Amino acid sequence: MRLSSDEVIFWQHGFFKLNETIITTWALMLVLVLGAKWITSRLSPGIHISRWQSTLEIIVSGIRKQIQEVGLQRPEVYIGFIGTLFLFIALSNLCTILPYYEPPTGSLSTTAALAICVCIAVPLFGIAEQGIGGYLKTYIKPTPLMLPFHVISEISRTLALAIRLFGNIMSGSIILGILLTITPFIFPVVMSALGLLTGMVQAYIFSILATVYIAAASSERSE
Amino acid sequence: MLIDWFTVIAQAVNFLILVWLLKRFLYKPVLDAIDAREKSIAAQLEDAAAKEAAAAKERDEFQRKNDEFAQQRDGMLKKAGEEAKAERQKMVEQARQEAEALKNKLQTAAQNERDGLSREITSRAQQEVFAIARKALSELAGANLEERMTEVFIQRLRGLDADEKANLTAFLKTSHHPALVRTAFELSPPQCAAIEAAIKETLSTSNEVQFETSSAIVSGIELTTNGHKVAWSIADYLASLERNVGELLDDTHGNEK
Repeated sequence: MRLSSDEVIFWQHGFFKLNETIITTWALMLVLVLGAKWITSRLSPGIHISRWQSTLEIIVSGIRKQIQEVGLQRPEVYIGFIGTLFLFIALSNLCTILPYYEPPTGSLSTTAALAICVCIAVPLFGIAEQGIGGYLKTYIKPTPLMLPFHVISEISRTLALAIRLFGNIMSGSIILGILLTITPFIFPVVMSALGLLTGMVQAYIFSILATVYIAAASSERSE
Repeated sequence: MLIDWFTVIAQAVNFLILVWLLKRFLYKPVLDAIDAREKSIAAQLEDAAAKEAAAAKERDEFQRKNDEFAQQRDGMLKKAGEEAKAERQKMVEQARQEAEALKNKLQTAAQNERDGLSREITSRAQQEVFAIARKALSELAGANLEERMTEVFIQRLRGLDADEKANLTAFLKTSHHPALVRTAFELSPPQCAAIEAAIKETLSTSNEVQFETSSAIVSGIELTTNGHKVAWSIADYLASLERNVGELLDDTHGNEK
């Protein structure tokens, strides 16, 4: 039994390889980018808009509103990063209803990559907001004694992000696989629906936590 | 091993590429479209507010002009009413004056007519009375009117009471003027002599007696001194007749009205 889609390798040359995770990610990227391009190529700034444009505007303005509610006053700066996190994870988890589909978010490599991206993005946004000195001072507040705890906190929350998403999605897939072998009717459908809900919740949690971390690193939230 | 580090790196790169792509193809166009729409709606709202303000201003201006017009109209109506009233009063006054003038004119004309008629009646009556008297006297007594008048005058002169005689005598004595006897008709010399003799005898005077014919004396004879008069005249009877005829005419005129 496979625990990760990383194990399905289509091509390998030394360190480089093309596994199912990467291929699926590319496919999801293609869907997202082409879909966005297709819809936005016919955008109308007027009052009468298409249903697709309306859907897209609801999603984008919803993300922007969430970022604002967390405390970031300039959501357009962060929406690229945070919105992409949410859309990628959400689409990745939604597609679990497709047969033979293995979600990339069920791979610890993917979730670790996303968590590392967040881990790097948080100080970058923090430095962009309040300068390198201002950002580094947050590690010794309220006292320099807190520096190790801040560093441990950074590492642990990055790990927690990666493991939480991986654990939820992977466990969902594995439980579904096990149930299919035991009770192939009805019950797996319910679990699949539950898996969809879990997937959406995890996408929300991952992106909202990233937002909270960025907001904490920037001076905007506290002020 | 659950983590494949190549996959981690590849997924991180994939994610960053996806971030860039979505930023370019999704967030920017959509947010731009939303902003453009919001700006357009804001502009439309602003435009609508401006138009509303302009409309309100226009309405206020119209209302003001309307009020002004109403005031002007009321003022003009009032002025016209006052002018019409004044004109009416003027016309009524003019008509009243004209009516008054016409009435006066008519009254004057009626009075003139009545006076003329009265004079005519007096004249006719005098002539008729003289004619009747003359005819009656000539037929009944064989005397003419003038002779009879002279006789009556002499009788009246002689019949004066003592006080009157004394007064007349006293006045004639103090007066240097002759005693004046005026008649409506020409006296014959015997009549003149008779009258003169009667005067001198009755009043015991030596003053001359002067005779004068006057149309003002209505068929009679009178002796006048300074303020005293002895006379016989038909004028009294004629005056009485004129008065009675006048009353009759007034009654007739009143009934005609």
